[in-house]
Amino acid sequence: MTAPVKSGRTFFLRPQDMIGIVILAILLLVVLPLTLDNFRLQFVGKYLTYAFVALGLVLCWGYAGILSLGQGVFFGLGGYCMAMFLKLEASSVENTKIQTTPGIPDFMDWNQITALPWFWEPFRSFGFTTIAVVLVPAFFALLVGYALFKRRVGGVYFAIITQALAAIMTILIIGQQGYTGGINGITDLRTLHGWDIRTDSAKTVLYFVCVALLIGCILLAYYVKSSKLGRILVAMRDKEDRVRFSGYDVSSFKIFVFCLAASLSAIGGAMFTLQVGFMSPSFVGIVPSIEMVIYTAVGGRLSILGAIYGTLLVNWAKTSFSESFPELWLFGLGGMFIAVVLIFPNGIAGLYQVYVAPHLGPLFGGAKRRATPPAATPPAAGSAAPAAAE
Amino acid sequence: MFSDYSLAELGSIFVMQGFAGLILFSVFVLMALGLAIIFGQMGVINMAHGEFMILGAYVTYFTSQFFLNHLPALFTAYFFVAMILAFIASGALGMFIEWAMIRRLYKRPLDTLLATWGLSLILQQVYRSVFGPREVGVELPEWMMGSLPLTDTIEVQINGLFVMGLTIAITIVVAVLMYKSSWGKQVRAVVQNRVMAGAVGINTEKVDRYTFGLGCGIAGVAGSAFTMIGSTGPTSGQLYIVDTFLVVVFGGAQSLLGTIASAFTISQAQSTLEFFLSGSMAKVLTLLGVVIILMLRPQGLFVIKVRR
Repeated sequence: MTAPVKSGRTFFLRPQDMIGIVILAILLLVVLPLTLDNFRLQFVGKYLTYAFVALGLVLCWGYAGILSLGQGVFFGLGGYCMAMFLKLEASSVENTKIQTTPGIPDFMDWNQITALPWFWEPFRSFGFTTIAVVLVPAFFALLVGYALFKRRVGGVYFAIITQALAAIMTILIIGQQGYTGGINGITDLRTLHGWDIRTDSAKTVLYFVCVALLIGCILLAYYVKSSKLGRILVAMRDKEDRVRFSGYDVSSFKIFVFCLAASLSAIGGAMFTLQVGFMSPSFVGIVPSIEMVIYTAVGGRLSILGAIYGTLLVNWAKTSFSESFPELWLFGLGGMFIAVVLIFPNGIAGLYQVYVAPHLGPLFGGAKRRATPPAATPPAAGSAAPAAAE
Repeated sequence: MFSDYSLAELGSIFVMQGFAGLILFSVFVLMALGLAIIFGQMGVINMAHGEFMILGAYVTYFTSQFFLNHLPALFTAYFFVAMILAFIASGALGMFIEWAMIRRLYKRPLDTLLATWGLSLILQQVYRSVFGPREVGVELPEWMMGSLPLTDTIEVQINGLFVMGLTIAITIVVAVLMYKSSWGKQVRAVVQNRVMAGAVGINTEKVDRYTFGLGCGIAGVAGSAFTMIGSTGPTSGQLYIVDTFLVVVFGGAQSLLGTIASAFTISQAQSTLEFFLSGSMAKVLTLLGVVIILMLRPQGLFVIKVRR
């Protein structure tokens, strides 16, 4: 166990981060597939798509202090991009020959639209779709971020405006039924390049693809965090004016991290569409967006891996609660919102850091050094949370 | 678009549409007043505001049931009793919530957002478990139904007029409370500088509690007024919350006048657009317009200049 590298030049992962990622990888790639049946594993796959959003929120909210309540919009944009491609593949001329206009998606036919709209046309190409999944939400985030951060809109106002955007997006999708499938969303997705995605074996393959992508994104998040950029983000969150007076263009950093979070969410959305087989406005609006924030908060807004575990835990709780006591789930979820604010502001990762990590000192090089007793008062975690976790 | 109508018809359409816009305006003002006090003065983001309104609506519903079954003679006046009860119920709940939760979070505005969202989920489930999942509507007394014919083609609903009158009355009361009474001065002093206000002998905790209670109480009255316009269910509150926040933010959070002006702008824009477009597109365009103007003027329409 060598001491952690301080200069940050050689490698971006500290030993304990490395161990954490390996444990997560073993859990997701070996333990869960061996212990769960196919049905349950598909659930985990679905939860993991939300973990992408949580990952983005850790960077954007935990590190940069920008609370976005509109991440569902980006999740949805990614999901809809993928769904449009799959829908076009499912709506070949021979599949849709009973329609008045064969070759267009069924819901367009029901809404008396006779030609494919121009913005659907490029989604015939898979290459374009994969690029669009990442770039369309990032571009949208760029527009929003540029308009807001350049005008120094932040904190509460940013949160409320992003929430309004989520509302607008839902109304728009539901209202433009002919182009978006309305409230039902884009359903009945069948194949990806002729490969049937509805079978159990395809879903298992997609699960592993999803895990691999997630681990790639986790590494990316660690890289961003440990780079100079990551340190500027944290500095900005804690003392924005100071960073600005030091000559940094604060808004550009905020725009970048907001776009990155949007792209990460969108990858999750696209994987969601592939695994679940449909996309609908119920994953776009205000309620899912804020639920995604709670995944991050429960896991720990300052911990990359914590957010993943938080997502898995909250969703697992949601599934098992709503199976047995559907009416209790809202109490549980609401209680979690309150508890995470009042009792453990740094989430599970914060609890781990304070109560568990000190005892594991020798295992994780350097953890002993930070084994300070828990702070008497919970840290003010609003905009200036101390880097207690992580 | 206009060629199908005669000039007189067109005129009455605009008057009717304007009147519908005025009712929407009253609704927005009622929703936003309580929030303007809580968010604008205290800096607390109360996402459970809608649920406080729904509590007022349920109180009104049960009062009307009580009067219908036990005091049918006084049924015509039940609404005034219901409003007072709604104010007390929502205000008391608000004060309890302030004591249990909000007072720990004054330095962390974003966290009040999460905590009150959790509260709103819990309240929704409480309403569903206690009052049932179905929407309820109240029976209006005789004098509130029907409409006043102004001309042959224009007529206005009495309950709409009543809501408008109520809005004006409540707004005046709030304005007097905030800007003329000594209590209002204390509130504004605490908001501007909590430590200094405490040092000159203001009981800041008490001021906070009553301010939050007042904001929630007004939400209750708003909910009570809404029962005249529509029905109430456990999740109705969530429908209003984004609109309400936009109204308050758009107007400039700390200015009551701003809240009223922005409620007027948004409601008129929406009701005019609704006539030409579908309802959902009108809503999208209105919200987008508000968001774009907020990007240009982040502090809202009416800014109070303060040193930070």
